Amino acid sequence: MIRWTLLPALLAAAAAQAWDPGFEPVSGSAFLSEETRQMQEDEFANPGMETVEYGRQLFHRPDEEGHSCADCHGAEGVRLDKRRIATFPRYSEEQERPVTLQEQINICWEERMDNFPYVYDCRELVGLETYVRYLARGEEIQVQTDGPMEPFFREGERLYHQRFGQLDMACYHCHDQHRGAWLRGQILNQGQSNGFPVYRLSTSRVTSLHRRFSECLASFRAEPFLPGSDEYINLEIYVTARGNGLKIETPAIRE
Amino acid sequence: MRGRDFRHVVRGSKPVSRSLPAFLLLLSASCALAEPYVQWRQVGYAIPEPLAGLKGDATRGRRLVIDRSKGNCLACHRLPIPEEEFHGTVGPSLYGIASRLTEGQIRLRVVDEKRLNPATIMPGYYRDPKHFHRVAEAWRGRTILSPQEVEDVVAYLMTLKEGEK
Ligand code: HEC
Ligand code: HEC
Repeated sequence: MIRWTLLPALLAAAAAQAWDPGFEPVSGSAFLSEETRQMQEDEFANPGMETVEYGRQLFHRPDEEGHSCADCHGAEGVRLDKRRIATFPRYSEEQERPVTLQEQINICWEERMDNFPYVYDCRELVGLETYVRYLARGEEIQVQTDGPMEPFFREGERLYHQRFGQLDMACYHCHDQHRGAWLRGQILNQGQSNGFPVYRLSTSRVTSLHRRFSECLASFRAEPFLPGSDEYINLEIYVTARGNGLKIETPAIRE
Repeated sequence: MRGRDFRHVVRGSKPVSRSLPAFLLLLSASCALAEPYVQWRQVGYAIPEPLAGLKGDATRGRRLVIDRSKGNCLACHRLPIPEEEFHGTVGPSLYGIASRLTEGQIRLRVVDEKRLNPATIMPGYYRDPKHFHRVAEAWRGRTILSPQEVEDVVAYLMTLKEGEK
């Protein structure tokens, strides 16, 4: 066990890149049926657009003081830098730590607009995150992995290779070692984050990235971490950087 | 890491089990249900003796390899079970496994494949639970299968002599 958990650290020390040589990121959408992929791309058919619309309303809705996100970022978010949205989670000099897009939205809401903070992954934050990412659809993901981001990225990498739960599995097993294989009825994709939050056909609801992490952990009988925990934020950094170069596809559709 | 504090405020409620009485209750419940872990002995690349000296039943074993809450071997392996639609391709096909491996070799692979391949994805169905990390409460301190269930699965695999697939 101990040797196994050290192995990725040793590999990481030896290699400049944190993933297998020749690794090419592929979006989860590549594994969808033709029909579902078309539904994802057609804004009139994509059921995730309901959440985009909900987020759009929140974005423009004045709070008790009469302020809205649109005051600073423009109607329809015209003054938002779409390239910058594709770099989250990113290091914040002000917070002295990496912040996820949801946290950034919450920081605006709490510190700049002076409201009570939202709970991580609550309906409002997932709605706002879905809307803002949707505005940046098509932008290439570029998460920093060096400089001040490096320790957090490395910690995410360690968690990604750490075995958890009674079935004693790591993210790495399904999304690297055996990707492309069938796990009973499901094909194992790369576990990329570029489509999140995603609309799930099986549950008819939008699922955040941290919730997806919890579902994977629960599937091998591990105790999930909390949404917004340091563990999930570090995992989000690693998982998202592993998809650097992929385009944002929010809201993607999944089974 | 200054400034992360605000998230503790917004994190929401702690898991219920943090309260001591609830925790003790769960502890006693799982003690009552979990069977004591039985030691086994590896000889070469096999476990020659049945776990706890039990005798397996192939019919029950066939049900266990299908059952998603038990063996769920079909998640990763192809097996001669035509009535089940989805067979996994994560592991090798188990058609004809009994003509390639002895009973003791099959037992070690079901009990703890990590003895042969420390990097494997295959769960250790009778691995000492103390090796597991961050197990969900309902499964803590338990093996995936009981000794009887392991023997049933081994008995079923021993009936698989015909190859292909
Ligand atoms: C036992 C296999 C298994 C393990 C281990 C596993 N996953 Fe997954 N994961 C899956 C399956 C199956 C899916 C669903 C694929 C699909 O949507 O078609 C999935 C989906 C995902 C997705 C969404 C991908 C997309 O395109 O929608 C992410 C992100 C993810 N996993 C991350 C993780 C992380 C992080 C870990 C470790 C904490 C992990 N997974 C461990 C099987 C696994
Ligand atoms: C999550 C995936 C997974 C599950 C579930 C799983 N296995 Fe495996 N199994 C594997 C893999 C992968 C191998 C290949 C060897 C390795 O990785 O060490 C393997 C190897 C084996 C072998 C040796 C095959 C050979 O040809 O040498 C046997 C026997 C076996 N498994 C039986 C079972 C049984 C019985 C169950 C259920 C009780 C089961 N497996 C569940 C993934 C799995």
